[in-house]
Amino acid sequence: MTEDKLSKNRFHGLWALTNRDLKKWYQNPIVFVIGIIQPILWLALLGKAMNISSIFSSSSIPALPASLAATLSPQQIQGLGTYFGQMSNTIMSSTFGTTSYFSFMAMGMVAFVTVFTTAFVGISVVFDRRLGFMNKVLSTPVSRSVIITSKVISASIRSVFQAAIVTVIAFLLGLQLGANFTAFSIFGVFAIVFLIGFGLASMFTAITLRTTRMETPQAIFNLVTLPLMFASSAYFPINKMPNWLQAIANVNPISYTIDAVRRLMIFGNGYSQLPLDFAFVGVFAAVVTTICVMLSWRFLNR
Amino acid sequence: MTENADVIKVEGLTKVFNNSLTAVDHIDFSVKHGEIFGFLGPNGAGKTTTISMLITVLRPTSGKATVLGGDIAKQSLDVRSSIGVVPQEYTADEDLTGQENILLCADLYGIPRSVSKKRALELLQLVELTGFKDKRVQTYSGGMRRRLELACGLINRPKLLFLDEPTLGLDVQTRAATWNYVKMLKKEFGMTLFLTTHYLEEADALCDRIAIIDHGKIVVIGTPADLKDGLGGDIITLGIQKETDITDLISKIEHVKEVKKENGSYIIKSANGELTAPLIIEALRKNGHAVTKLSLTKPTLNEVYLQFTGKSMRDAEESKDNVFRQRMTMRRARQ
Repeated sequence: MTEDKLSKNRFHGLWALTNRDLKKWYQNPIVFVIGIIQPILWLALLGKAMNISSIFSSSSIPALPASLAATLSPQQIQGLGTYFGQMSNTIMSSTFGTTSYFSFMAMGMVAFVTVFTTAFVGISVVFDRRLGFMNKVLSTPVSRSVIITSKVISASIRSVFQAAIVTVIAFLLGLQLGANFTAFSIFGVFAIVFLIGFGLASMFTAITLRTTRMETPQAIFNLVTLPLMFASSAYFPINKMPNWLQAIANVNPISYTIDAVRRLMIFGNGYSQLPLDFAFVGVFAAVVTTICVMLSWRFLNR
Repeated sequence: MTENADVIKVEGLTKVFNNSLTAVDHIDFSVKHGEIFGFLGPNGAGKTTTISMLITVLRPTSGKATVLGGDIAKQSLDVRSSIGVVPQEYTADEDLTGQENILLCADLYGIPRSVSKKRALELLQLVELTGFKDKRVQTYSGGMRRRLELACGLINRPKLLFLDEPTLGLDVQTRAATWNYVKMLKKEFGMTLFLTTHYLEEADALCDRIAIIDHGKIVVIGTPADLKDGLGGDIITLGIQKETDITDLISKIEHVKEVKKENGSYIIKSANGELTAPLIIEALRKNGHAVTKLSLTKPTLNEVYLQFTGKSMRDAEESKDNVFRQRMTMRRARQ
């Protein structure tokens, strides 16, 4: 037997392990299709059902009482009609930054779909442990941080793909693009989704690194998802929330992701806030990934 | 590393889980170049824990060990690069094909694709899975999965291969085939093999040397033949027609070490039963005794095991439920 010239690259195996996870995903049609159906349901059912702008439309306002109408001239009545007709747009724009609530929520979903996607990383880590695959990998000269990073990267790539699907569906269902929208905006969206995917996947991986129980990632998923979703700007603008909830939503990295996605896609008021959004999500991803890698040294080298 | 150097050298290796469960208790042994060294013991004796420490996936609590010259604590990456491991459980990814699994292993060792593609095909041929290389592993039988694990363990052409319970749960035919692979690896490639087993016949058939391990301690190390010889040799049971005492007559016969009379039969220990038996018959015939029965039993490793641990291997195994519980406890402790 001859000596092998093995790779001295510290990151060897990274792409092999990432690709394995991706292959398990795209070669499994059921998982793949369910992954696409889920965002469709969110958008088509919830997004369209919550037709908030119709609440403020002039059709929701009853006709003027006869006693009041008698005191006004026809011009004044017409003026009032125009005023109320515009009020809907005014309220929607000042509250949601766009006249279409569907667009507002759809862009929230673009960011939020990463939570659903990355939460499965925890389950995949536990599966690898239980089925012995993790033991096999641990007995090879692959670096421990590479094992974990591959999980995180594959989840981030999946998140970007899911975000792209949501965007396409939203567009088909009537997404109103903002005045600043350019093709470049799409890349900005993918970039921030990749960053938040990286951070969230690291977080879910770190939590499940030690466990071999299937129930743990599921319980954590249930525990974490709803607070992350409701204490963010996914469904409602933060500045209209009570103060205590604002405090939480303002440190929720999902809020910053959603803000960036909306600014890039549907808002018309410029990109001044974007650097802050990217910085916040970037720092979150960097910190959580660092913690996760450090935990992997501790827990995977038993 | 020279041919005569110890491939594995272990001194005082100990693993305590959760400060309470001592799975491996101050063991010392060494494995020489080119030998098949076996760890024999019941479930829960500490075999897998020892292997896990040697392949550097589990940190020892105390003691030290070198594998292929590398310290398992300080040079774990070097150790992992140069050894091959075939774990107890099936570790292949069921969603990938056999060939994809082997290539994935190659990538984990950092073997360039130009080399690994050719080698994967060679290994698939070696373990007779060429016809199934593009089938997903979930369609494989138990024996095929074992062979795939073996192929994965050989991808980096290791000088030392660890096999943890290589025939656990396999049928007789597949077990025999696996034994042949193991023997071939030693003969054709001069590989050193370290294996664990709780099958006495497997240790006997495969291993050049055996360490019997019980409750985390090595109770004896030696070649299967030496261990069995150490018991005092073969046992001949003899019955004769007349009620006369022939102890003195038999004691003088070549290779006979001990003669005892029990329940009208003579229990004779001989260093070489095959040679002694005809001599006994001849001597008795000359002296006018008629032999009514004669049987020859060779000591097995079970007797060796009994001698050193005070219990038979089968008793140590206890009930299946117990084994399962023990295994789960150990697995949880290891994780």
